[in-house]
Parts: sequence; structure tokens; C-alpha cells
Amino acid sequence: MKTNYHSPQQFFRQRRLRLFTVLVILLGIYFTSMALVNFQTWNSITKIPAGLIWLFHNFIPTERSISSLGQILYQLWRTLLVSISSTVVASLFSLVFAILGAKTTTPNEAVRLIVRFGASLLRNIPVVAWAMILLFSFKQSDFTGFLALFFMTLGYLTRAFTETIEDLDAEKLQALQAVGANYFQCVFCGILPEAASTMTSWVLYMIENNLRDATLVGLLTGTGVGFLFDFYFKSFRYDAAGLIVLLIAVLVIVLELTSTQIRRAIA
Amino acid sequence: MMENSQPKPNIIQPSAPQPKRVSLVTRPRKILRGVLLGLLLITIYSLATLNNANLNLAEAFHSLGVNLSAMFLHPSVGQDSWQLLLRALVTSVSLALLTTLLGALIAFFIAVGAARNLSPAWLATSIKAVMAFIRAIPTILWVLIYSVVMGLGASAAVVGLTFHSVAYLVKAYSESIEETPQDTIEALKASGVGFWPIVFQAILPSIVPALLSWTFIRFEINFANAVAVGAAAGADDIGYFLFMAGSFYFNFHEVGLIVYLLLGVAIILELISMKLRGHYLKQTN
Repeated sequence: MKTNYHSPQQFFRQRRLRLFTVLVILLGIYFTSMALVNFQTWNSITKIPAGLIWLFHNFIPTERSISSLGQILYQLWRTLLVSISSTVVASLFSLVFAILGAKTTTPNEAVRLIVRFGASLLRNIPVVAWAMILLFSFKQSDFTGFLALFFMTLGYLTRAFTETIEDLDAEKLQALQAVGANYFQCVFCGILPEAASTMTSWVLYMIENNLRDATLVGLLTGTGVGFLFDFYFKSFRYDAAGLIVLLIAVLVIVLELTSTQIRRAIA
Repeated sequence: MMENSQPKPNIIQPSAPQPKRVSLVTRPRKILRGVLLGLLLITIYSLATLNNANLNLAEAFHSLGVNLSAMFLHPSVGQDSWQLLLRALVTSVSLALLTTLLGALIAFFIAVGAARNLSPAWLATSIKAVMAFIRAIPTILWVLIYSVVMGLGASAAVVGLTFHSVAYLVKAYSESIEETPQDTIEALKASGVGFWPIVFQAILPSIVPALLSWTFIRFEINFANAVAVGAAAGADDIGYFLFMAGSFYFNFHEVGLIVYLLLGVAIILELISMKLRGHYLKQTN
């Protein structure tokens, strides 16, 4: 801001005015969307404590839910496998796309633009839409979830990898070219080793993310732990559903801690 | 007379020093390779055991191709009207706006309690642990859980989405607050400034760009979540129409149209976020 203030009073008046305007705009947005969504703020907020009490009352796993523990753990394991494998397969593809799409390593400008556009397209189609599209062709199989997560991850990782490659020091690449390295030597001996740890940490992040999304995809396509939750939930077996929620939370936290450790070790 | 009567002198061969191998494979590299190898093995195992429900993959991919071309080349309104779909899209955007604003407001005050440089360590640690737990449970499960208490519909969706947003934003905000130098806070405390003036006059102005960018990221996530919530929990938004068109009417033309609408919103959001970030970066530099 290059405005000259004549006095401190004016500065504060200006500031108050700006704050007031922002506040009015935000309140306007809030109330407009409240009306559009048909949401009663007070009515709902007053229900939250009751909801939490109900939650703790009904979602506590009981002895009865232990009997389904084996099945839950098996489905959770399957879900974890699907989220890891979809991320890893997607990362292999996006590595190729990223090399084609990064400014420093692209063979030509047209390829770069196509890769960029494709990645943005894949990223912006919501995972729900992917699940719906794939469900029809691939039925209720693990494959549906795998492909839905795969396409989403492909979009995200291509962008992340492209940015990682572009952030690398361009001078090292020039030095390699100056001593006569060809394109493939530049890419495989210059860029990939340098970018490997950042890329791995992106992959780990996507695995965490995909585990969460896998639950949603499972819910919609009838596979994995999401389906099991839906099943128990709709047959009012809240204790077993609560056990699933608890186990998912534990798994996600364990995964988060592990990947933090790995990230620190490979940095 | 010079005579070489001495015994033959020992010729000292300059022996090469034992070559020391300097390995480029350091410890982090080894761990990295181990992790990648592990991930690859898990992937191979899981691909081999993937439950494919006796699918004919070639056929499935062929039908996928047919569906995709129906979706993207011939989008149409289907059995719903344009008016209905646009109204639903506006509902989704409003849902995302509402939950982000509500979440940001609540999260800021909790984040003040969760920042290590502002509040006692026990409080910060316990708030962070609770938030980590809430974050670990997927948004959609929160919405489903609340839909039992409040009934299916908008209220449950708003509360569920807000719950997760708060947990996410508390982490982001408290980390931003912790980046404020300790000296600033100590200097203000020493000159007798109260707690809330420190928060609002010293810390808040210096972290506005970070807060804004996190809030906007969360807004994009919330929009995607709002669509998901509509599909899975029956809030009356675009996700619900997507779900109905996709798995009840099998109308891929309509699915295509909805996907185009969602793409349009996503592109607009990305443009806004680029503008916003550019504006704020210019101001702070």
C-alpha cells in the first residue's frame, strides 16, 4: 500500500473501514449461503453436544462387535493394500508424465501443455464421479476403487512431480549437458536421484490421502471397509460401525507417524 | 675411486595407497531404496490378489471407453432440468463456503490454544492430539454419524464438514502462529500488553497471507467433500444428482454434464486462488 496517511487517526480510520467492509462481505456470504443450503445455525449448534453424547453412548464397541473384528481387519487390510498399490502404480506413470511435462526436461512445448492440461483435468474430476463412471464398467470389484484412486492420484502426482523437477537447480543440468551427457543420462543420473526423496515424500502423502478417500470410494462402490461401515451403519449395528471408525483412525494415525519418520530419515 | 661396493640399495617402490571407496549410497539413500522396494513389493502382492470378481478386463475397459465417450462427447441434461442442476451446483458451492467460514472462525480460536508459543504445553499437546484424532476419521463418516442425530440433510452435512475443517485448519493455523518469533511476543508481554491484543494486533496481521492460503485450500477440499457428501449422505446438492444419474438411471450423458459443471467450478476456483495468492504475495514483499 503506497497511500500516504496524513495523521495516525486517518490511518486507523482507514483500517477500521477496511476491516468493516471485509466483515460485512463475509457475513453477507455466510447468510446468503445459509439461506441457500437451508441451514439453521443455532438449531444445529445446540444439537452438537447431544450428538456427541449420543455418539459416545452408541459408538463404543461392545463385546458383540469383537466378533466381527476379524472381518473388519481383513477389509481394512484390503483397503490399505488398494490405496498403496493405486498410489505406487500412479506414481510410476506420473514419473514419466512429469519428465515429459516439466519445463526443464520436456521434449517439446506441445507435449508439455498436453501433460499439464491432462493432469489438471484428472485432478479436477471429483473422486465421486470417477467412482460412478467406473462402477458401471467394473462392477463391485476392488478394481473399481483401485482405478478411481489411480486416476485421481495420477493427476495430483503428475503436478507435484513436475513442480519438484522444475524446482531443481537448473545449473546442475547445464553442467551435465556441458560435459556431453545425453538426454537420458541427464534425466536418470542428474534429475531423478536429486528429486527422489521429495518425490517419495509426495508418494507417502498421497498414500495417507488415498486411505481416507478409499473409505469414501468403498462406500459408493460397495467394496472394502467403507462398504462394511455402510452395512453395519444401515443395519443399526452402531457398535461395530464405531469399531470401524476407531480402527480407521488408528490406522491413519499410525500411517501418518510412520511416514513422518520415513520422511525424516530420507531427508 | 668410486666403487659401488655397497649392497644394492633398497628401491622403494612408491606404493599406491589402499584405494578408499567412497560410497555414494549413504544411509538416507539406503532407507529410501528400502522404502521404495517395500512399496513395490506390497503393490505387486496386492495387484496379484486383487479381487476382480471374474471381470473380463478387456470388455470392462471397452465399456469404459464407450461410457467415457457418451459422457464427454454427448453431455445432456437427462431427466433433470438445467434449473435443477444449477440450483444444486449453487447449493454445493454454498455448502463449501458456509463450512469453510464457520470452520475458519472456530479453528482460529482453538488454534490460539493449540499454539505452543501462546498457551501452556499441556493444553497445546492435548488439543493437537484431539484434532489429530478427528482429522484421522474421514469427513464422510462424520457426516454419516451426524446424520443419525440430526436427520439426513443439510444440517448434518454442514456440521460434519465443519468438524473436519476445524480439525484441519487448527493444525495449519497453529503451525502458522508458531512461526511468529518468540521475541515479538515477549517484548509485547514485557510492555504489559494483554493476551488478546497480542493475538489480534501482533500475530494476526503478520500471518494473514498464510491463513488465507490455507483457508482457500480448505475451501477447495470442502467443495470436493460437499459433492461427496451429497452422493453418500443425500444432502440435496450436485453430488446427489451425480449419484442418482450414475447408479440409478445409468444416464452417462447427465453424468458427463455434471462433471463438466464441476470442472468449470474447479477451474474458476483455481483462477481465484492464483489471483489471491499473487495479490497477497505482492503486498507482503
